[in-house]
Amino acid sequence: MSEKIAIQVDDLTVAYNYKPVLWDIDLVVPEAVLMAIVGPNGAGKSTLIKSILGIIDPIAGSVSIYGKPYKKQRQLVAYVPQKGSVDWDFPTTALDVVMMGTYGTLGWIKRPGKKEKKASLEALEKVGMLSFKNRQISQLSGGQQQRVFLARALVQNASIYFMDEPFQGVDATTEIAIINILKELRKAGKTVVVVHHDLQTVPEYFDWVTFLNVKKIATGPVKDIFNDDNLTKTYGINYKVAVNK
Amino acid sequence: MSNPQIEIQLIAVVVAVACAIPGVFLVLRKMSLISDAISHSILPGLVLGFFITQDLNSPLLIILAAFTGIITVVLVEWIQKTGLVKEDTAIGLVFPALFSVGVILIAKNANDVHLDVDAVLLGELAFAPFDRLMVSGMDVGPKSLWMMGLILVITVTLLLLFFKELKISTFDVGLSSALGFSPAILHYGLMSISSVTVVGAFEAVGAILVVALMIAPAATSYLLTSNLKKMLVLSVLFGVFSAITGYWVAHWLDASIAGSISTMLGLVFLIVYLFAPSKGLIAVVYRQKQQQIEVSLLTFLLHLNNHTEENERHLNHLREHINWQKIKAKSVVDLAVRNNLIVINNQVVSLTEKGNDFTSIALDYIITNKDEKIEHLKDDFFLFRG
Amino acid sequence: MSITEYFNMLFTDYTLGTITLGTAVLGAICGMLGSFAVLRKQSLLGDAISHAALPGIAVAFLITGAKDSNILLLGALVSGLIGTFWIHGMTKKTHLKSDTALGLVLSLFFGFGMLLLTFIQKQPNANQAGLDKYLFGQAATLVQSDVILMIVVTALALIVMLLFWKEFKILLFDADYTKTLGFNTKFIDITITFFIVLAIVLGLQTVGVVLMSAMLLAPAAAARQWTNRLSVMVFLAAIFGAFSGVFGTAISASQNNLSTGPVIVLVASVFVLFSFVFSPSRGILFRQLRFRRNRRDLKLKKTLQFMFGIAETHENISHPHAIKILNNFQGFAKTSLRALEEKEWITLDKQSWALTKKGFEEAQTMFDKKDDNE
Repeated sequence: MSEKIAIQVDDLTVAYNYKPVLWDIDLVVPEAVLMAIVGPNGAGKSTLIKSILGIIDPIAGSVSIYGKPYKKQRQLVAYVPQKGSVDWDFPTTALDVVMMGTYGTLGWIKRPGKKEKKASLEALEKVGMLSFKNRQISQLSGGQQQRVFLARALVQNASIYFMDEPFQGVDATTEIAIINILKELRKAGKTVVVVHHDLQTVPEYFDWVTFLNVKKIATGPVKDIFNDDNLTKTYGINYKVAVNK
Repeated sequence: MSNPQIEIQLIAVVVAVACAIPGVFLVLRKMSLISDAISHSILPGLVLGFFITQDLNSPLLIILAAFTGIITVVLVEWIQKTGLVKEDTAIGLVFPALFSVGVILIAKNANDVHLDVDAVLLGELAFAPFDRLMVSGMDVGPKSLWMMGLILVITVTLLLLFFKELKISTFDVGLSSALGFSPAILHYGLMSISSVTVVGAFEAVGAILVVALMIAPAATSYLLTSNLKKMLVLSVLFGVFSAITGYWVAHWLDASIAGSISTMLGLVFLIVYLFAPSKGLIAVVYRQKQQQIEVSLLTFLLHLNNHTEENERHLNHLREHINWQKIKAKSVVDLAVRNNLIVINNQVVSLTEKGNDFTSIALDYIITNKDEKIEHLKDDFFLFRG
Repeated sequence: MSITEYFNMLFTDYTLGTITLGTAVLGAICGMLGSFAVLRKQSLLGDAISHAALPGIAVAFLITGAKDSNILLLGALVSGLIGTFWIHGMTKKTHLKSDTALGLVLSLFFGFGMLLLTFIQKQPNANQAGLDKYLFGQAATLVQSDVILMIVVTALALIVMLLFWKEFKILLFDADYTKTLGFNTKFIDITITFFIVLAIVLGLQTVGVVLMSAMLLAPAAAARQWTNRLSVMVFLAAIFGAFSGVFGTAISASQNNLSTGPVIVLVASVFVLFSFVFSPSRGILFRQLRFRRNRRDLKLKKTLQFMFGIAETHENISHPHAIKILNNFQGFAKTSLRALEEKEWITLDKQSWALTKKGFEEAQTMFDKKDDNE
């Protein structure tokens, strides 16, 4: 882990009408960490990612990526949305979906060419999906769909990866495959932020963690702050139930 | 007012009421467009029924046509189940096809069918009084009035009998099946009543305007209340009002009665849409604007509460981090100063005692996330604004 | 005039050629843009927009008094766009759901349009007669300038679609992701919607406001069944649309007193029905056949398993057993025994059966195979 700051969030506030979703979040994420965002349902985990990425407009607050405003640094950021957010019956193939990852660098109008196709095939190979490249996406299993999504993010060749519940509805093999790729990314100096549900696997998978429940409860290295105190603050006294679930 | 005029208005009122009642449930169940589908697809049933009965007001014809409506619903649900196309596409494919069959049948048999294509779209309310019901040689009134009246009586009876079941199954499907009311029976029951009503109203107002009579009163009253009983009453009132005023506007312009009734429905809806006290457009936009200022103020105060360091409370820093434009930042700061929530010394902002108290209450709300705590806050906000 | 005559005259009769070209181009643009509407789950928006266009036509006529179809279509475009934005605003700012908003705009705008139309019809104005065609469409009234307009708009839509193909595609599939890549999703969104409204308005004279939405949906829904690629789907939908347009016009022209709209819609519906049933990968027919075959296979394998259980107890796997002992096994039938024999999994002798080596191996490996599929 280097001392460089990858993501800095200041005073981020999101509310729907009077309903607070996120309040005054300050967050600093150093470069080359694998960070989990944990918290109970409705804690605003997805909202945090989405408002960092500008999908949701916050009421207040600013986000900077490597010291510059997010809008100027989009190219450095890749995003893996929740699997349920897209139409899986859309007429397109696995390779097509991965190629979408190159659209950002291409910009308006320009079409992906040989170079982009090659990169996409490599990404598919990395997630073990090369043999499914021409498969219609609805004919993939949940785990395979998630791998395709990961490949699409990989092809963006970003420095920071945001992933929204990548292990949801995914088989054990895929979960391990994904986490291995994420660990590889960290080794290569990339920063990975994951919305995560399964508290039990946090110490095994991640080295950095943020506790969130509308407000930020704590953020830091797993070995220092992943403890009963913070879990109780985040989940209430019954957090053990949440862990065992 | 002449006799036929009174009769036309009477028919229009009965049709409006009969449509408004099932319409409320369709709107609440997010099935408004089913009325559109049914009203179009009954046409072939109506034409075929006419070949058999030779009488547009025959009960048999109404049952035959209503049956086509139910077939449409089943067909749409079946296509949805195949997963070949998305749900809305299924509706959009079925009814134009059936409607086309109906229009072509009419066009090809123009001499045998006393229906023309204009009547399909607009109905023939103006001619309704000419078709009289004769009971043992005595004229007892227009046939369509009796027919629609009968449908209305059935609808109201069913509504009174099954009000509780309809209410529960509309607002909570899970609970209703747990209590032993089959959602499927209620669903198809509602579909059947809607089909019969649409067929009955078809002659008076035509295929598309019956949709207006079903949806518009319900949607209008839904903007004014969420209480089912009040919604039903309001819908009926809106329907009756539009039916009568619509008739006179048509009379004045010498234009289609059905078209003018739906124009009146549209006007009533537009007025309520704009001016409804809490759910209307103006109220919503105004409230959202207020809320934005209030929530911004709260954010600002919480930020001050969160950060004791001076540099975090410097005005320039605030602008940079909170990321507000100058005007917005200034108005929020001004609001806070005006209410003695903050003091500014040397460009550094700090909370006053009042500000501290207020913030801790707000924090309490945010952490517990309980709605009752916000009520005080809302009152306080109101004071600030004033 | 019969349909064959129609097509015979197509290349000699100038008017007929114009009309046919017009409906073909219209069908193509509707199929093309309809694909986007269907994939955006906006199938019924088309229905609302086309109905909402009617008052625009009437108002344009009242203001200008002209029958010039371009001005009337401009009115239709404006009122269609107003309807679209109102639907959007209603669902965004009030708690009315989109189905209610669609139904409201559809029926209220149409009702208002009909009020104006019947009002116009009573006016002593020589020009008024032509407005009826906008209800169910009359392709025969298309003139050269109408067709030129259609071609220009279609070419424009085609160019925009090809230019922004990648942007359209990614927005339809995953809007949030598109935003994170830095694309202005609002711009793409409005562009698509605008062209859909334009296609609808263009079709009003030919297909009519009442049935225009089907012209948009049906070719796209049919095309979707034959391919898993967006490009092929759009292309096929354009072809299906063009054929529906041409055949529909030909049939309605060869009959008396028949509006084009309903006929075109029925032709397009035939395409849909055929695709739903006979598409090899998604169609109901082949799906049912596959389902049957799978069930039969499963049944056979179950029987084989049962036999395997019996044969296993014996040293010699091919030892004959009486058919009778299978009687208390459910799903056993004479036909399934014969089917098993055909697969050379068992041999049959009048009253007894015996597993073959092949059948034994098949039964043995069955469990492993199942694990692979999980």
